[in-house]
This record gives sequence, structure tokens and C-alpha cells, in this order.
Amino acid sequence: MTDKSDITLTINGKAHAIRVEARRTLADAIREECGQTGTHIGCEHGVCGACTVLVNGEPVRSCLMFAQQADGKQIRTVEGLARGDEMHVMQRAFMENHGLQCGFCTPGFLMLAVGVLERELDISDHDLVDVLSSNLCRCTGYQNIIKAVRAAAIEMRQS
Amino acid sequence: MTVHAKTEHTKGSGTTWVGRSIRRLEDPALVSGRGRFTADLPAAHWVRFVRSHVAAGTIDSIDAPDGIGMVTASDLKGLKPIKPMLSKFNYVPIGQPILADSVVRFTGECIAAVYAPSKDQAEDFADEVNVAITETMPLTDARVALADDAPRVHAGTQHNVIVEGHIATPKFEDAWVSADRIVRVEARSRRQNATPMEARAGHAVYDPLTERVTLTCTTQMPHLTRTAVCDILGIPESELRVIAPDVGGGFGQKMSLAPEYVLLVWLARHLRSSVAWTEDRRENLIASFHSRDQYVELEGAFDGNGKLLALRGDIVANIGAYSCFPTTCGVEPLMALAELPGPYDVRAYDCRSRGVMTNTCPMAPYRGVSRPVITFVLERLMDKAAGAFGIEPTELRRRNLIDTFPYTSATGLVFDDGTYRETMEMAIKAIGLGAFRKRQEAARLQGRYLGIGFATFSERTGYGSPAFAARGMEITPGFETVILTVDPSGFVEARIGSSPHGQGLRTSLAQIIADEIGVDPQFIKVVHGDTDRSPYGWGTFASRSLVLSGGASLMAAQKIRAKLLKMASHLLEASPEDIKLEAGAAHVIGTDRSVTIASMARAAYHQTHIFKGEIEPGLSENATYDPSGTFSNACHVAVVDVDIETGNVTLEKFLVAEDAGLIINPMIADGQVHGGVAQGIGNALLEEIIYDETGNIMTSTLADFLPPTAREIPEIELHHIETLTGNTITKAKGLGEGGAIGAPAAVISAINDALKPFDVSIDEMPATPQRIRAALRNSGKLP
Ligand code: FES
Ligand code: FES
Repeated sequence: MTDKSDITLTINGKAHAIRVEARRTLADAIREECGQTGTHIGCEHGVCGACTVLVNGEPVRSCLMFAQQADGKQIRTVEGLARGDEMHVMQRAFMENHGLQCGFCTPGFLMLAVGVLERELDISDHDLVDVLSSNLCRCTGYQNIIKAVRAAAIEMRQS
Repeated sequence: MTVHAKTEHTKGSGTTWVGRSIRRLEDPALVSGRGRFTADLPAAHWVRFVRSHVAAGTIDSIDAPDGIGMVTASDLKGLKPIKPMLSKFNYVPIGQPILADSVVRFTGECIAAVYAPSKDQAEDFADEVNVAITETMPLTDARVALADDAPRVHAGTQHNVIVEGHIATPKFEDAWVSADRIVRVEARSRRQNATPMEARAGHAVYDPLTERVTLTCTTQMPHLTRTAVCDILGIPESELRVIAPDVGGGFGQKMSLAPEYVLLVWLARHLRSSVAWTEDRRENLIASFHSRDQYVELEGAFDGNGKLLALRGDIVANIGAYSCFPTTCGVEPLMALAELPGPYDVRAYDCRSRGVMTNTCPMAPYRGVSRPVITFVLERLMDKAAGAFGIEPTELRRRNLIDTFPYTSATGLVFDDGTYRETMEMAIKAIGLGAFRKRQEAARLQGRYLGIGFATFSERTGYGSPAFAARGMEITPGFETVILTVDPSGFVEARIGSSPHGQGLRTSLAQIIADEIGVDPQFIKVVHGDTDRSPYGWGTFASRSLVLSGGASLMAAQKIRAKLLKMASHLLEASPEDIKLEAGAAHVIGTDRSVTIASMARAAYHQTHIFKGEIEPGLSENATYDPSGTFSNACHVAVVDVDIETGNVTLEKFLVAEDAGLIINPMIADGQVHGGVAQGIGNALLEEIIYDETGNIMTSTLADFLPPTAREIPEIELHHIETLTGNTITKAKGLGEGGAIGAPAAVISAINDALKPFDVSIDEMPATPQRIRAALRNSGKLP
């Protein structure tokens, strides 16, 4: 298991040349090799969604993907959402609507919601809840997360 | 949706920070990925625990290939076990070794720890460790463990009972025999896991310069973690610093001491280096603390009008293989015993409660502690009684709810002002009970089964050390201290003993302080969760932080305020009564004369001579608050649609009418209720830790143990009444747990209401589709 390969993970536009074993998950590589700890790990078996990042624009569970599979692809994580000091619409919406409490699930939800709305801005409210039901939050009871994402969707549609 | 029935804030101007839904100061870092969680820290060594794969047995051998860094019990000689004490109720003190020493008592118990430079390698090493265990017959069910011929989990207990209590009021029998009708319920709450999204994690680093260790870990009680670890290791507390950084939810599971943390500190000292452990989800589900596993038999004696005369109960709590520190395993059974009568007026009470050891994961507090179970059981009794009397369940409750205050319960609890009836009436009206009954009837004719369930409850909150001392705990939690400092730069810092994990406490406390000293909350920094920086305190649990830390914050802020007014009076040559503190400055009312707090702060440290010795130098005050406690209350209503073909339950609506005293930040308060209700709904319908007969856990992933998702949680409608209690100085009562207490009872009551035509009673939670279908099949009344 100790054979390592050289790969490049491009995270939020910045290339990280790293050397990983085949079994290294993308989640671990992002956090440990690339030092981007905003992406969280809640289960490592693909259920909680805390590790959600965007790979070539698609929300994926980075605990279910090997780092090598993301070689050369464009990865976006929570650290890349804001433009300098200016928060992303989704980040603002979460703060304004109290869409987070402990904040552990939050990066995963933000990336999931941004990924979905960037692909399908006209998604219905009903389908949005279906999509959001793929990630777990233990603190908020979801209500304010849904509210936040809907508010951000409205704002994204307007701009 | 939120409706505030009454919001009177006392400072008059209507511009106070308290009472406003200001955005959380915690959020910018958390939404940017700049939160700092324990697992984010790098370490030289990664630790992996080798855990027992069997529930009961004796260890024959532990073998590891050469070159693997491994620690076993034989390396830890001289270390004390975790032995929480309770000086009451026939408590049998039992010690839990940090690593199992010859005997294993539950699946998942730590047997050895291995360490390696990377996480992956540590996992490989752990796989290579061979543990040979001779298995013995495990006990997983508390009622089986009570049998005369059951084996003992620990020597020295009678029938595996480790803690026992009995409360009986005088003349109980007289009340009992005078009753017209006896109603009985036998209920069971299955075992559950709090499942914070961040599992537990610890990181210990040895500093060769100071010879101290810093333990960063996911704890709700950093100070007590330090005390416990140092006691076990036999080192002075000054040699250990404990930091609780951002903590990803706790819900009680992170309150009890994890033996793993002791091992990490020991290892950091031993290796003179840094070590880290991140629990995986499987470990969390099988070996972190469990909860809720109780059987309750309850009988109520009612007079002809449905008034409850006497209550008789027997509570059996499966507390697992060890007693948790610091609350002890008495926390569930003894709290159930004292609080079972809930919000109902009943003068005669006779109840026994036992905590029973089994070969299962130790039990510990989980949001609501005991009350989700006793509320569920008591509300089942009320619903059954209503059925027996042929009246609306709410009418039966109306006849029994407490309505004069202060009220002393049959178990000796003193309830301060509450709104048990008012919240229920509010809920009945808001949900439209009359219209619902019509809709329900019409739906039944079409083969749809709708149901409504009400749960009323009291939530004991914000109690200090006297309440814990009354339980006989050797370690008696209680007070909270706040050190409030305006530094020479004019910056305000509040160092608190409490340690939040998602409750927005930093924001709420800043609001309280801001009102007193006239600065914007965003300029107040609240420092917590670091034993080097924060005063000794107890942490966040039992819906107490806002009440206790809030009270201490207010007291400290009042002292700072008084001093600022005195200083301003000197500098502005006006009397303190003519000065107001606002927007970061002291102003002489009705003039344009003012002086900033920042310049007064500088003077307090650097120009003390100008106060001519009349004002003490410096600008820092501390206060400690240790109140007797108060009671929040609420009425929860669930409306469900039960599919009788699949047993699936859909929640149509959930409504909460609650009274938690003065609400400091309505947005945060509502969020606490939402989260609690969602957990309660999960507890009611989905979440269950299942052991097979060999003591192995069948629910060790999130595909088997099922927290609810956004799809299962309906919109929660909230209504508030604010009874400004005199029992706390902020007039806030605390509400962190309430959502989780009422929801299971309301949901299961609604399911039973829906299934009335089938004459079944679901008295077990979670009420899974399988259980509902089984009951329906057995009814013989399925169409
Ligand atoms: S950590 Fe990837 S889905 Fe849970
Ligand atoms: S905010 Fe805590 S898990 Fe979602």
C-alpha cells in the first residue's frame, strides 16, 4: 500500500503538487496534504455529506473519491467561496438566516447548495429540499438551512 | 414562523441589544472554512485504538508484530481508573480502566492503542494487533440482567443494579384506593446515540520548554476534563492545559470523560511529542456514549373526573458497562425518578428507579436527559386516560396541569412561575384542534389516517451547585464565573468558564454585556474553552449556559458599568445619575459633553493619578453566579399521516408553544428549538442502536443508524410566551433541551391518535415502520 504517485490537485485555482498513496481519499488529501481544513469529515462512508466539494462543478463526497481520481481536475472548497473580503451570496444567506449552529456540516451544505444552483438555478423549492436531504445536520433541524438556500437562490436568480 | 406573544424588555428605550435577532458573531469564520476543529491540528503521531470485538470475555493475549508502537493496560500501571462517585442511593462505585485490563465488558471497549506517523499507518498497525479473548455470555438487556441467575457485569453488585432510588409519599395507598380508575402503560425507549456531526477527537502536545501538555479535544467541559485527566494521571492541574476549540455539536455525548483523552495525554508525556486521535463514525456509534435505553411501567390512579390522584412507577435504565464521569450513570434513572410527575399536579407518588449494568456501551446524558423518555411515558398515560374517560387528550391535561405557583411537587421540586396551561391553550388554538378533528374524520372515511398529538412538559434549567449537591454527586457542578475586562486599548473581553459548541453563546452574552456598558456587541470578544484563558467553570449542558454565564456576565458588566460611571463623573464633572453609557462613550444627558470608554480605559491603567485615589486602578471585574434554578415549559403538537400499508409516518406539521423566560436573541432561541425538535423527531421515528444477542452492534454506520434528513423534518411553527422569572437575574430560563424533550412524546401520541380505529397502542420509541406494521397486523383490524 505504500506506492505513491505524484498528482496535482487544483483547489480554488491554486495547484498543489502532492504525492499520495492510491488509497488516499480526496477528503484526506485536501485536508492533510493541501492544508485546506475547511472541508470536514463526518462519516467517511458517504452518508453525511460534510465532505462535499465541487469537482469540475459537480458536488461530490470527497470521502468517496480517491485523490488520484481528482488529478488535474478543478476542485472548489469552502475556502474558495468568498471573493477576498466579500462573502458569497450563499455564505451571507446562511449567516442571515441562522443556517448554522456548530458549523461543522456547514461547508458541505454550502458547497452542495452552490453546486446545485450553479447548474440548475431554476430548481423548484421542492426539489431543493430533496437535494438538501442528501447532507446531514444535527444542530439546525434543517429549517433555517432550507430558508437560507432559498433566499440565496432568489438573489442568485436576480443577479 | 415565529410569533412572539409578549416581549417586554425592561430598559425602556426599545433599543436594547437583548431581545434582538442580531447575526451571530461566530458565523463569519465558520462559513469561510476558518473554523478551528480538533481534527484540523497536525501531529507527529496518529493514534488508533484497538477495540474489543466481543461484548464480554477475558483477554488471553495481545500480540503485535515487532516495531509497532503499542500501549496496553500493562504499560499504564499506577493509573487510576475513571471512578465517578455518588454518595447516595445504594450507589456501587465501579472503576473503568483506561485500557481494558484482562476483562472486556462491551463491544468497542479500548484494549490497546497503537501509534504511527500517519493515520493510515496507524490503521494498518491496529489491524496487525492480535487480541485473543475467551468469550463469555453477554448481557444486553437490562431486564434480563436483573434476573437472579444472570451473570454479573462487575462483581459486587446485586442483580447488576449499580444505583437505585425510591420515592414514596406518605398516605400513598389511601390515595390509590380512593381512585375510580387505574390506567396503566408499559413503555420502552430504545437505545440511541447523540450523533454529533463531528465525532470525538483529541490532540495532545507536550511542550519541552514548560513540560506541560496541551490537550485539545471535543469536550463540553474543558475544566473538568483537566481535573479528571490530572487526577487519573496523578499530576498537578498546572501541568495540563485543555482547549475545546470549535466543537461540532455535543448534545451531551461530549460531556462525559472519554478514556481515550487520558491515554492521549499519557502518551504525549511518554513520547514527549504530539499525538492525535480522530474518532471514526463507527467508533462513535459503537463506543461513544449511548443513551435513552429505559423501560418504564407507570400506573395512574384517577378520580371520576379524570383528576390524577396518584402515580406509581418502576423505571429500569440500561446504563451499560461503566458509569460515566462526572454525572455518573445515576443521571438518567435518578432524574427520571425525581421529575417523572412533570407538569402535572399529583400529590401521591410511589416510584422505584434502578440503573442496571449490562455488556453494552456506557450510557451518558443526551439532550434532554431522561425527560424525553419520561415525558413520552407520562404523555402516553395521559392519552390512555383520556381514552378511558372518552374525552379529548387536551381536556384531560387541562384538568391536571399545574397552575398555581410556586408549586412544590410530590418529589420536592419547587416550580417557579410557568405557563403550563397557557402554552397548551395557545397550541390548541394555533393548530386549530376543532378543525383538525373534522379533517381527520373525513380523511378516515377515505382510508387516510391522520393523527394529532400533544405533549406538555417542564424542563428544569439553569440550576447551580445546590441542585447537583442534592443528588449526592461528589463532583458538584454549578457556578459559572465571568471575568470582564476593558483593556487599555478599550477593547472588551469576557472570559467565561462555560464552553459552548454551537449554541451562539458568544453572541448572546455579548448582547447582555453590550446593554450594560454601552458598546456594540461586535466589539465584545467572548473567550471560552481554554483552561489557560478562561476561569474555572463547568461548561455547556443542561440548558444552563445562557442562564449561568449570562447571569455572571450581567453581574460583571454591572460592576464595570458602575466603575465607568464613576470615572466619567470625575472626568465630565457631572453626577453619575446624569450620565448614560451609549455607543462606546459616556454622555452627560442633555449636553454634548462626553468621553469615550476607550479613553477612560486608558486612563484606568495609565493615568490612575487623575482619579485622586478615589477609583481603583484597572478596569476588570469578575462575577460568579450560582442560582437555584428555574423551569421552562412548552407544549408540542405533532400532526402526522400514517400509511397503514407501509407503517410509514409523515409529519404534516409541528408546532411549539414555549416559555423560556426572557429571550435574549430570538433567532438563536428559535434555532435551538428547531434543532431539538428535529432530534426528538429522529428519536421518535428513526434512531435506534441495535445489539444482536451476542452483543455486537448492528447499527454501526449512518446507513443503519438514521438521523433525520431535511425531508423528514416539517416546518416548525413556534410561539413564545415570556414569563420573566425572578429566579434568574437575566430573567432568561434556558431552552437548549426542550425541543428534544417534547417532540418524541408528541409524535408518538399523534401516531397513536391516527391508529385509534385499529385499537393499537405503540408504546415504544422509535416507532419504526416495522413496529407500526407489527402492531397493525396483530390488531386483526387491517382492512
Ligand atoms: S464524510 Fe463524506 S459523506 Fe460523510
Ligand atoms: S450546524 Fe451543527 S451539524 Fe449542522
